[in-house]
Amino acid sequence: MATIAVDPRTEYLLRLGDDALVLGQRLSEWTGHGPVLEVDISLANLALDLVGEATLLLGEAGDGEQLAFHRDVLDFRNCLLVEQPNGDFAQTIARHLLYTTWQHMLLQRLQQSSDKFLSEIAHKAVKEVAYHRDLASDWTIRLGDGTDESARRMAEGLDWNWRFIPELFEVDEGLQAAIDAGIAVDPRTFEDEYRSAIASVLAEAKLEAPADQRPILGGRRGHHSEHLGHLLAEMQFLPRTYPDAKW
Amino acid sequence: MSGHDWPLWEVFIRSKGGLAHRHVGSVHAPDAELALAHARDTYTRRLEGVSIWVVPSAEIVASDPEQAGELFEPAESKIYRHPTFYDIPDEVKHI
Repeated sequence: MATIAVDPRTEYLLRLGDDALVLGQRLSEWTGHGPVLEVDISLANLALDLVGEATLLLGEAGDGEQLAFHRDVLDFRNCLLVEQPNGDFAQTIARHLLYTTWQHMLLQRLQQSSDKFLSEIAHKAVKEVAYHRDLASDWTIRLGDGTDESARRMAEGLDWNWRFIPELFEVDEGLQAAIDAGIAVDPRTFEDEYRSAIASVLAEAKLEAPADQRPILGGRRGHHSEHLGHLLAEMQFLPRTYPDAKW
Repeated sequence: MSGHDWPLWEVFIRSKGGLAHRHVGSVHAPDAELALAHARDTYTRRLEGVSIWVVPSAEIVASDPEQAGELFEPAESKIYRHPTFYDIPDEVKHI
């Protein structure tokens, strides 16, 4: 399965870096297809922030270019939530709300990491991620408390992504080792805070929280949905086909 | 892409402390809060600003171009209204 054996720190960098890379790539698929010009630019900005975070994290984990463009799907360590398809705008917003609310709480705590690099990158990224979370919350409230159609789409978008929440709070061996080393945050310490933050956005949006479903896990260990392979095929096509290309 | 049902907002950015807000363009948005977000995403991507104003375009009262003659031409011949007869010290930047 895993073709790269790594230490806990590198494993943690890959997890965070792959989350940012895959979500950034997903959002960039909206470029030129946004519902209106302003939203198109807004989504492209979010994508660029994430690709920037990924560049730093994967660059610290190793050769960032190699890791992004020449790694196979089984070696990706992102959570399943970020690789989910965009769907319509509401589904994209639902995914972004669920991920960036978690990411923001994580980064707030990661600033106290004993690892200097992780602490610094958390300090830098926490502000831009706060903007992501606020924007996603705003849109969730607008769409949920909007027309019948926008409320229905928002509810469906949440429904699609809801089953991937438990994975965000899963602590497996790989993460436990990084927590024990004092460099990683134990996400279980903020699960209650996360649940209530999401609940308060949904209440304001006049939306019901979807029922908890059977959790789907495995992304952190390389067991991905079929969606990630298609995403990587598009993202990696150029550098793999033309390894000498420069741009 | 559409968005024609969203009203237009004029965007003003202040580039740094002490300078005035300048008109930089416009965005479509359904309300003031999203107008600010759209303005931020569209016009401050390259560190252009430290403050943003958005104003509904419909609220701007503009002078009538047809009245340009009576409004502005009389000032053309009044050069003495320009403060060009003073020596400005080099240290004074923004005037």
